[in-house]
This record gives sequence, C-alpha cells and structure tokens, in this order.
Amino acid sequence: MLIKNNEIVTDEWSVLRLHEGETADRVIVPGGKVIVPLPVWNCQYEVLQGRTELGLWLAGFERAEDIPDDVRRFPVIAVDFHKFSDGRGYTLAYRLRKQMGYQGELRAMGDILCDQLFYLKRVGFDTFTLRADKDPHAALAGFADFSLSYQASVDTDAPLFRRVTRGEIL
Amino acid sequence: MYRYDNFDHRLVAERVAQYRDQVRRRLSGELKEDEFRVLRLHNGVYMQIHAYMMRLAAPYGLLNATQMRMFAHIARKYDRGYGHFTTRQNIQFNWLKLQDTPDILADLATVEAHAIQTSGSCIRSITSDEFAGVAHDEIIDPRPYAELLRQWSTFHPEFAFLPRKFKISITGATEDRAAIEVNDIGLQVVQDAQGEVGFRVLVGGGLGRTPVIGVEINAFVPWRHILTYVESIVRVYNEFGRRDNLYKARIKILVKAIGIDEFRRQVEEEWSLNKDGNSTVTQAELDRIAAGFTAPAYAALPQQDAMVLALQQSNKAFANWVKRSVKPHKVAGYSAVVLSLKQSGFAPGDATAEQMDAAAELAERYSFGELRISHTQNLVLADVKQADLPALWEAAKANGFATPNIGLLTDIICCPGGDFCTLANARSITLARAVDERFDDIDYLQDIGEIDLNISGCVNACAHHHVGHIGILGVDKQGEEWYQVSLGGSKGSPANVGKIIGRSFSFAQIPAVVERLLQVYVRERYEDERFIDTVRRIGIEPFVEYVYATPVAEDEKLLTPDYDLIKKGAPYDTPYYSPRF
Repeated sequence: MLIKNNEIVTDEWSVLRLHEGETADRVIVPGGKVIVPLPVWNCQYEVLQGRTELGLWLAGFERAEDIPDDVRRFPVIAVDFHKFSDGRGYTLAYRLRKQMGYQGELRAMGDILCDQLFYLKRVGFDTFTLRADKDPHAALAGFADFSLSYQASVDTDAPLFRRVTRGEIL
Repeated sequence: MYRYDNFDHRLVAERVAQYRDQVRRRLSGELKEDEFRVLRLHNGVYMQIHAYMMRLAAPYGLLNATQMRMFAHIARKYDRGYGHFTTRQNIQFNWLKLQDTPDILADLATVEAHAIQTSGSCIRSITSDEFAGVAHDEIIDPRPYAELLRQWSTFHPEFAFLPRKFKISITGATEDRAAIEVNDIGLQVVQDAQGEVGFRVLVGGGLGRTPVIGVEINAFVPWRHILTYVESIVRVYNEFGRRDNLYKARIKILVKAIGIDEFRRQVEEEWSLNKDGNSTVTQAELDRIAAGFTAPAYAALPQQDAMVLALQQSNKAFANWVKRSVKPHKVAGYSAVVLSLKQSGFAPGDATAEQMDAAAELAERYSFGELRISHTQNLVLADVKQADLPALWEAAKANGFATPNIGLLTDIICCPGGDFCTLANARSITLARAVDERFDDIDYLQDIGEIDLNISGCVNACAHHHVGHIGILGVDKQGEEWYQVSLGGSKGSPANVGKIIGRSFSFAQIPAVVERLLQVYVRERYEDERFIDTVRRIGIEPFVEYVYATPVAEDEKLLTPDYDLIKKGAPYDTPYYSPRF
C-alpha cells in the first residue's frame, strides 16, 4: 500500500532488496516496475541503463555526491529510513529536489510514522510507504498536523514572512 | 516582548493537538515507548526517576508576568508546588503525570508559551544574555534576531532528527554572558565599519563528554543572511555529523574531524546555493519583530539616586544586597536586579508557586511586567528604577529572593542530578546543599568574592561544570558516586575549559576540598584579584599540591541519612507517581 496524494493506492512498484548471500553485481533484477538499490544500479549499470521503468532507492546514509548525475532519468527515487530518528534522508530529499532538479516521484519508505509525514512532505517527498504494522489510513491525518510553516523548504520557496501579512491579532 | 500574531497562535495550538494525540496513542499502546520517546522529547518531556519531567520554554530567557503566573499555576495544578529554572533559561517541572502533559501545553498556549524543541536531537530553545536590551555594555539588542531564529528553527522540516541536540546562543554585548563559545553555534551581534549589523559566527563549541571551545567560522554575516547561513551550517551537520556513536555526534566532533577550514568551505558552498534567496530576511520582517523589543517608557532620572546611596551607607544588609544583586543599566536612574534563587536549604534554581507569583507581581510593580531567567538559574527584573530598590529589597526579602550571594560561591549552578535524573551518576542538589551549609558566613563569601561553582551530576554537563571556576562532576566508579574537581574554567570573555585537579573525591569530602581550594586562593591572591584570575596567574599546581597534601577527611554529618535526599523546601522524599511500572 502506498500513500499518494493523500490517498491509499496500490503500489505498482516492487522494491528490490538484497537478501543475505546476494550481491549487488549478481542479483537478478526482475522485470516490470522495480526500484533497485543504488549499489545494484552502480554494478549493473550497463544492463539497467536501457530500462525506462526503473526506480532507484537510496539508503538514508547515502549522500548526494554518491547519487548518479542524471537523477532525472528515474521515474521514482525512494529514500529508505532504517530508523525514523535518522534525519539524513530529509536533507537528501532537499538536495534532490532543490539542488539536483529531480522532479519525479520521491518516495519515503522504511521506518516512518504518521508523525513524520508533515515534515517529509515539506522536504519534497510525495509518496510514502509506512512500516507494515502501521495503519496507512489512520496515518493520513499526519499531513494535517500543521496548517502553516515558518520556513521555506521544498514545498514552499518562501518563508512565512514573504507569503502572508504578519502581525495581525484577532 | 514579542507578542504572537494569528500565525504563531495557530501553530502552537496545532502543536498542542498533535501532542495530545501522540499521548493518546502512547497510552493506548498504539505507539511503543521507543517511538513515543522521540516525540515527547520534542516537547520537552523526559521520563525521570520519580515521574515525568517537562521542560517549558522561555525563549532566550524572556517572559512576562502572565507567563510566570502560568508557571505558578502549572506548579500548583500538575506538580508539587514548585519548579526548577535551568541553565538553558527554561523551567522544568519534575513530578508530572504523562496524561497531564497535553493540558500543560494547552495552558501554556493561552499565554503565548510552549515547550517546543526544549529537548531532543533538534535545534533547541535559543539562549541569550539575561541583560539583553538593558546591558550597559550592549552594542546591539540581540532579542529580535533571537526571535527571528526561534521562528526559523521551530518545526524546521529538515532538522527535526539531527545527529544530536543543537544549541544556539546569541549575545549583543561586549562581555559574553550567553556563553556563545560553548554552544553549537554562537552568535555575536556586531556592527561593521559602515554601521551595518551582522553576526560573528562561532561553531563547534559545546560541553558534555568532550568540552570544546567554539571557533570562528565567519567574522561577519550580514543580518539579512543569518537564516540562510545558519541553515547551511545545520544542513552540512545533518548530512555529515556522526550517527554511529552518541558521544561523537555533536557538531564539535565533525568540525574537529574535518577541520574548521574544510567545514567552512562546505558551509560556504552550501550557502552559495541559497544565499540571496527568499529566506533572506526583509527589513519589514525585522522591523515587525523588533517592534516587540522597543524600550519601555523610561522616566528621565538622575544617574544616581541620592536616597538609595544614603541607605547603602547606613544599612549594611541593603548595601550587601545592592553590591551583589543590582546590575548596571544603560538608562540613567535604572538598574537591573537579580532575584536570587539560591536560598539556603533550597535546591539551586528552584522556586515555589508562591515565589513565581511574587516574582510576577514584582515584575508588574517595578519592571514593566517582564522578567528574565538567567543561565545562572536566577531571575532578573531588567528595568527597575533605582528609587524603587529599597522597596524591592524588602519585597525580595519577604519572598526569599534577597540572598546577597549573586556571583558568590553559594550562587551554585546545579543540575537536578541523581535526586531526579536518570542520566546522573551522582547527586548534585544534595551536594550543593552541603557546600551551601559549609559556607554560610556572608562576610567570608564576600571576602572570597566572585566565583562560579558548577555542579553537574554526569558528563552531559547540564550545570556547565567545565566552565565553572570550580567545576564538580559526578562520576560513577563501580556503582558508587564520586566527584571529579576541575579548576580554571570560564564561561565567556574568554571561555576556558577547566583542568581536572586529580583523583576524585567522595560526596562527604567535597566541602573540605572546596575549602582547601579557597585557602590557597586567599594565601596567593593579590589585593582584589578574583579567584579565577589567581588561578590563571599561578596555574592549578599550587592548588593541586595543597588539596592532595594530606588526606581529606569526610564530613561525618554528610554521611547521615539526612543527606540522602533534600528535605527542606522541596519535598523530594516520597515519589507519588512513578511511570516506571
């Protein structure tokens, strides 16, 4: 199940994860819409570069400088949060969107709670797969935790003081 | 002070609702403690030895009388009738029930206050000079910039899950009273040759396990660019700060590892991408915020009040209090007054609900309705007419605020320690009490003069022991509490990390150890030389030699059960609610 545009939809993509004993250079990448980890993309680039319906996923610890130059070729890039308290993925998303010009689907997956959805959306994520034990329907409320924000980020290029007239008191 | 507009109100209200739902999900079991922990910490809620503790924000240490009365209300309604003011210029309540904490936030919201980011691995509540706006040595009032940074850092979407806590401190004065050199980012508001306001930016300072003095990363960032510059620093830190070891996760470790020049290069590169963008601060926004910090309606008064000077001549007790508690003010005829929260028999920084109400009342009567919390855990009335000092002194005495020990040995900076805190290795409040009882002669204290004594119960250094002239740190040796003593630390202008004098001491030895240190000072000092200056001049060796020359006897009194827990003032003895079921 995937959260997209505030709805629960069926996920058309499968995520390739390396299991024990599998290596990035040898693992067989299945056909169809599949999201592969960065090491697999790097190792099997010659074969994979011809596939258009191929997504890339990044571990939270992977850095912008490790990412292929042409990120725009991927229809989906996912960031995997191995634990929700590791916030590197937020800056990674910011860089993909603001500095690397990535405009495709940006997916947050892994250890995600509804309590992070508001922040994740702000830094440019637009689809979300929650941990299997979390109810995605209940999680939707998380997007509405706040109705405004002080700072600029990916979702809005201007801080609040440039968006509204401040200083009014009811 | 800055007043909330509709947007500030709405955001804080939404935070209360969000947190209320998180507590509901925790109590229903929907959220596991591991998941909830991070969420509650973002609202200042800790699970301590006896109960939940909640740290409420007083941004940059400033609050009004209404907010202080709300603290009193919270103390009465949800706690045991008192609270603890902290070195981060906030207030903590120690005896809370988890299910009450959303109501506390809701109560706070009614007075434009919150507990946002007072804990957790995020940008913490910003600290500043407790005399901001009134200090005689101030160049620029830092408060508008502190508020600007408060708003920028509040719920910053990228920086809620940093490698570790992130502390920013800001000063606009010549003397650094905000300890900017020992914060993750230290900001000094300055003017360049053309009169433009900007910031000297320090980075990578911090205490804790590895004390480091911050280094200058930029000598002058114009005020319009401060948000993008600070954002660039935090972005580099978020990406590259270590996450594999909690003890090496602060920005100071990153800066040390790659060097300030490489760190600066990375920050500059990042800054080049967002500088001059929309996050550049507009004059209109600065003006809007600064309008909350305009000078109050001061009366035109003579520089000195003759009646007050006469009373100082005739009344020694008043003179002692003035000497310690009354601070210079930039406006003629006014003073800033420190209300001591270091009364004998009370935990340093503690105030009862009645004292909070009284402080609010005094603020309204004598100081335009505003107060400050100092990092030394006292309260400050910043705008008092000198002619009101005698009346204020009487009121301060009646409410336990007039101990004439500000800046002296018994103005101890002290964390909650082992009496409350799950992190502590040793007790600090109880030790502060023991020291306070040993040195109860005000004439002796006056003779010893200015000295910072800081007591932390563990390496997290909440009481900033590294920068105490005498620093005491609780350490654990095979499950027993011991105390390491350091000498020569200083919190600012310039900041220094103290040197450890040698092997550690038992609880009951510490008062005698402090006494020996003072004896060396009295023996070695030049006339009027402060303790810290003597230490700087002669080094720690003469102190070490004397302290360890003969065995230090334990004070028998301190081995009695009476010293197991503080009894007076703060009823810490029987936990009435423990979340640790």
